[in-house]
Amino acid sequence: MGAGYTPSQTIGPFFHDALLDRDRSELVARDHRSATQIRGAIYDGAGEVVTDAMVEIWQANPAGRYDDPEDDRGDLPLDEDFTGFGRSGTETGEFSFVTLKPGPVPGPDGRPQAPHVMVSIFARGLLRRLVTRLYFPDEPDANAADPILSSIEDPALRDTLIARDEGDALRFDVRLQGENQTAFFEL
Amino acid sequence: MSQQPTTENAGSRREDSGRQPPYLYPDYVSTRLRAPEKPLIILPKTLSDTTGPAYGRGPVGELDHDLTRQHAGEPLGERIIVHGRVLDGDGRPVRGNLIEIWQANSAGRYTHQKDQHPAPLDPNFSGAGRCLTDGEGRYRFITVKPGAYPWKNHPNAWRPAHIHLSLFGEAFRSRLITQMYFPGDPLFGQDPIFQSVRDPEAQRRMISTFDLEATEPEWALGYRFDVVLEGRGATPMERA
Repeated sequence: MGAGYTPSQTIGPFFHDALLDRDRSELVARDHRSATQIRGAIYDGAGEVVTDAMVEIWQANPAGRYDDPEDDRGDLPLDEDFTGFGRSGTETGEFSFVTLKPGPVPGPDGRPQAPHVMVSIFARGLLRRLVTRLYFPDEPDANAADPILSSIEDPALRDTLIARDEGDALRFDVRLQGENQTAFFEL
Repeated sequence: MSQQPTTENAGSRREDSGRQPPYLYPDYVSTRLRAPEKPLIILPKTLSDTTGPAYGRGPVGELDHDLTRQHAGEPLGERIIVHGRVLDGDGRPVRGNLIEIWQANSAGRYTHQKDQHPAPLDPNFSGAGRCLTDGEGRYRFITVKPGAYPWKNHPNAWRPAHIHLSLFGEAFRSRLITQMYFPGDPLFGQDPIFQSVRDPEAQRRMISTFDLEATEPEWALGYRFDVVLEGRGATPMERA
């Protein structure tokens, strides 16, 4: 029909009451036996922490299945209580999620992808969302074989996508600019 | 489906067309320290982005679409109906999809602690709403027309009146946050957020149209705003 897509515009600084009035940051209860906490700060080009962003995550469940009819692999279980979607603000200086580690999912050419979480970042000054991925530090072999990670030639850039184990949580800091800028994707 | 990830230079296919804003648009000062500098990595399509949150399942209250009925009294301002359809790039309706909106009150002030514009707050207006699209992709909000407001981007900078909309679409790749503007606003020319979309046709897609059919006599003016989201299967060609 030739209609173009509606353009993106910035989320601006005033979205909190509309988008964060319900807490969507805990995808499972904190006391779930497999609960994994993910947290991180977003840094701008001056090294300042961004406190007016919104971060959303989307991921498969521990069996590697997405809670969406498009993922019709009926042999993998779905968990009614786990949607795989989360949303967090950064007003405290960090975003934070409590979730379950996803399983591996199919990738291009049928090669498996290492467990990962899709991440969207919205903020004042971002006219479009930024898209990145969080990979897990305890999956060195799967990460090395991951078709997306291994396509990134610069090892330092690749490493920006792997969260750091802090004992009680995984840390995934995001740098918007500079030498250590996080790898961002074009969908 | 099988293309390998590649990188492209700082711009991107979308930005180069002027139909989507670039990350770096220096006239919008906040982009200068937030726009990524390294080339984006093109992500091949996989289940990770052709699926997405069925967020429409979340509870939506019966009056969540009516921003004029969230308090004891009625908000001040020009009562309006904002309605339209949410479609994918092939013109198919996006059904049962959550739309979240937020906006300033009729005086141009948000109920947000960081909004310091010295215009009055309205105790009868919070400026946040949500609804689900119906089986035809239609949605409808009742609200008041937001006022323009000043900001500190450049000397004597004013945002044109706008309503923020957040939509999910069918897949992770469909996700969109945008702003709906009003026809004929004299502030478009000096607003770098609006102007960051360079293509005039694409600019028009952010502007609602006055809709006499949707206008309810003796009660509220109607505006129509259709939204077109990327579908699950959109190809780079379709986006070009």
